[in-house]
Amino acid sequence: MNTKAASSQGYKALAADFGQKYGILMALVLVCVILSFLSEFFLTQRNITNVLRQASVNGILAIGMTFVILTRGIDLSVGSVAALAGVVAASLATTSTTAGVDGAPHAVAIALGAGILAGIAAGWVNGVLVAYFNVPAFVTTLGMLSAARGLTLLYSGGRPVPSLTPEFRFIGTGDILGIPMPIILFGLVFLLAYLVLSATRFGRHVYAAGGNPHAARVSGINVKRVRMLVYIISGGLAGLAGMVLAARTGSALPQAGVAFELDAIAAVVIGGTSLSGGVGRVSGTLLGALLISVVNNGLDLMGVQSFYQQIVKGMLIVGAVMLDQARHKHA
Amino acid sequence: MQPLLEVRGLTKSFGGVAALSDGRFTLQPGSVHALCGGNGAGKSTFLTIVMGIQQRDSGTIRVKGRDVTFARPSDALDAGISIIEQELSPVPAMSVAENIYLGREPVGLLGRVDFRRMNRDAQALLDQLHFNISARRLMMDLTVAELQLVEIAKALSYNAEIIIMDEPTSALGEAEADQLFAAVARLKEQGKGIIYVSHRLSEIFGIADTYTVFRDGRFIDSGAVADVTRDRLIEMIVGRPLTEEFAKTNTPTDETVFTLRGLNTAGWVRDVSLDLRRGEIVALYGLMGSGRSEIFERLFGLGSDEGGEITLFGERVHLSTPKEAIDRGLAFVTEDRKGSGLNLMASVRDNICMARLDELSPLGVMRRRREVSAAAQMIEAFGIRTPNDRIDVSGLSGGNQQKVVLGKWFLTQPKILLLDEPTRGVDVGAKREIYRVMSEFAQGGGAVIMVSSETDEVLGMADRVVVMRDGRVSGEVARKDMSAAALLHLAA
Repeated sequence: MNTKAASSQGYKALAADFGQKYGILMALVLVCVILSFLSEFFLTQRNITNVLRQASVNGILAIGMTFVILTRGIDLSVGSVAALAGVVAASLATTSTTAGVDGAPHAVAIALGAGILAGIAAGWVNGVLVAYFNVPAFVTTLGMLSAARGLTLLYSGGRPVPSLTPEFRFIGTGDILGIPMPIILFGLVFLLAYLVLSATRFGRHVYAAGGNPHAARVSGINVKRVRMLVYIISGGLAGLAGMVLAARTGSALPQAGVAFELDAIAAVVIGGTSLSGGVGRVSGTLLGALLISVVNNGLDLMGVQSFYQQIVKGMLIVGAVMLDQARHKHA
Repeated sequence: MQPLLEVRGLTKSFGGVAALSDGRFTLQPGSVHALCGGNGAGKSTFLTIVMGIQQRDSGTIRVKGRDVTFARPSDALDAGISIIEQELSPVPAMSVAENIYLGREPVGLLGRVDFRRMNRDAQALLDQLHFNISARRLMMDLTVAELQLVEIAKALSYNAEIIIMDEPTSALGEAEADQLFAAVARLKEQGKGIIYVSHRLSEIFGIADTYTVFRDGRFIDSGAVADVTRDRLIEMIVGRPLTEEFAKTNTPTDETVFTLRGLNTAGWVRDVSLDLRRGEIVALYGLMGSGRSEIFERLFGLGSDEGGEITLFGERVHLSTPKEAIDRGLAFVTEDRKGSGLNLMASVRDNICMARLDELSPLGVMRRRREVSAAAQMIEAFGIRTPNDRIDVSGLSGGNQQKVVLGKWFLTQPKILLLDEPTRGVDVGAKREIYRVMSEFAQGGGAVIMVSSETDEVLGMADRVVVMRDGRVSGEVARKDMSAAALLHLAA
């Protein structure tokens, strides 16, 4: 083999590797550069904060979704579970007596804890059905999508839970050192997820169980338990996202979070995580969520009608996966 | 005689790297021609060009004296070249006949599929080949061997003159393989030419008339199988003179480390008893479906407890999960490397560490340095040829992948190795290394139970053979009494 050919091969592999790792980042930077030319408002601090805040609820959901998709699963119930957690938590943090629930203001920790627990409970049901009863994830979580929405409506009497305490609203509207709380929470969740996936035993189990469940099982990994846990993680994070959403709007809406699962899956897929499991990074998901948010924001700034925005998002999802497929073919 | 296929000076490069630099091959009608070579010798590249899947860079291909160019696989099919691939791709929920005529179903009035004719034609085809298979059965109900036979019938239904068989016996037991060889002999009588690719030398000497050897993308030699010795052929494939094929250095001791008494499995294995001594290699021999693999699965906690006693180092154990088996010092190299041995999505390093994550992550946090050194240690110990430990394990050759699986298990410091077809699909060079590792493991105080369908391997490596038939132990043969005839007599 001649060296010239070998090194050109090396460059190609390097370029493919770079594209794999940074393709989405380059796309994000490119879109930002274009938008900064198209709109002088885009690069202002206020707008950037706005973009990040908009990305945070979807981002939190998408990070949970990443765990699930890495194990070859899917969680369609996150939007409904977020709404459920929202009303459950809000009912313990409302000063209103006219709401559909007999709510009362409690310590904020109790309200938050109850919301997360509601999410975890829903995730646990999903996880047990998928892992131990072998119900396909698509079907299980489709069922939960409907059931959790029903529970939400039942619990809230179909009415919003308004007048949330200021302490509870803090997680949606407050800030620390000028950084809005939703962004801080998103950042923390990302950091934690990143550490878990890249540096813990459980993270290795997730990748192994998704990459080849049979080999993982033979290697002594409790694949069923791993699969159950990822749905619990996704449910818990959906709970958190639902509460942030309620806190931001000031009241928990029983119809909140409809179709949120689509944006969450989109962020994961755009971020390069394979739907067939075992391959993907939470940093990709972060960038995917940001890209969706930036594109939405840019279209808003340019005054594009929201109907078109959905079309653009659809193209973005399919385009990202097409690029990914093309890359794999060359590799 | 006019050759069926004549290939000269075939070359093919990928991104500047030559995968094939001088492909030569001549196939006569009515003959079986073995194409030999190690992993990476250029066989696959050669075959994909002949089948029209890839385009050659230069060289000529003649079919019955006529120059041909195949732009796509269907061109090759039209020219009478058909392949039976190593990995079969049946449509499980369709019948045998539907699979044979997939995409070219006979149609009747208004485009309706004429099932009656299709079933009749398919059955005629199968009967003519003496395959005892009903055309109406579903593919999912067939055994792997029967699937192979259907695949052959399908190849012939295209009126193929040249049939390529790529490792056709890799999933077959000995009896099924014999059925396949009988089919090959019948094809030969009909004047077809067969290109036979296999790592199993005994098969090549059993059924091939001529051979061609490729190495490092080049034609090395060809000739009549009758004129070449086994050692000479291995030498050509590996490229260097070889020492003993089965490097057996272990000697069994008297210390029993593992006993089975009256083991049953969820399948049909009943009342299996077995003793294993330190330093010993015991082979479980039997036809496909005789229950060998089921025993391993039960021992490794992958099958349910259906009765029977397992004693390890004098202690009664239950082994109800793989983790428990691993903790007790067992390691299980499964038969299906890609299906249950490796995580093909992950790197060499991650695969090596997969069964040892607990020790590499005190308090649940992975210690990267320990992972790196564990991987380096195994790459070194097994001579795994890989540029680094971060590349995907799927990029390695079959032999090196198998060594990664072995590395994964040796990292757990096992005391007892369960090997299920440990050398399936690996080349002659890697096979030797695997035999060496096995032998040294036993010599170093370990004990090995090996399942193998290759009689040569069993005769070469085992200290004792336990023969299975229909889920029961049908006999035991000591090393001094071993012969192919003795084993087969007990197995069939």
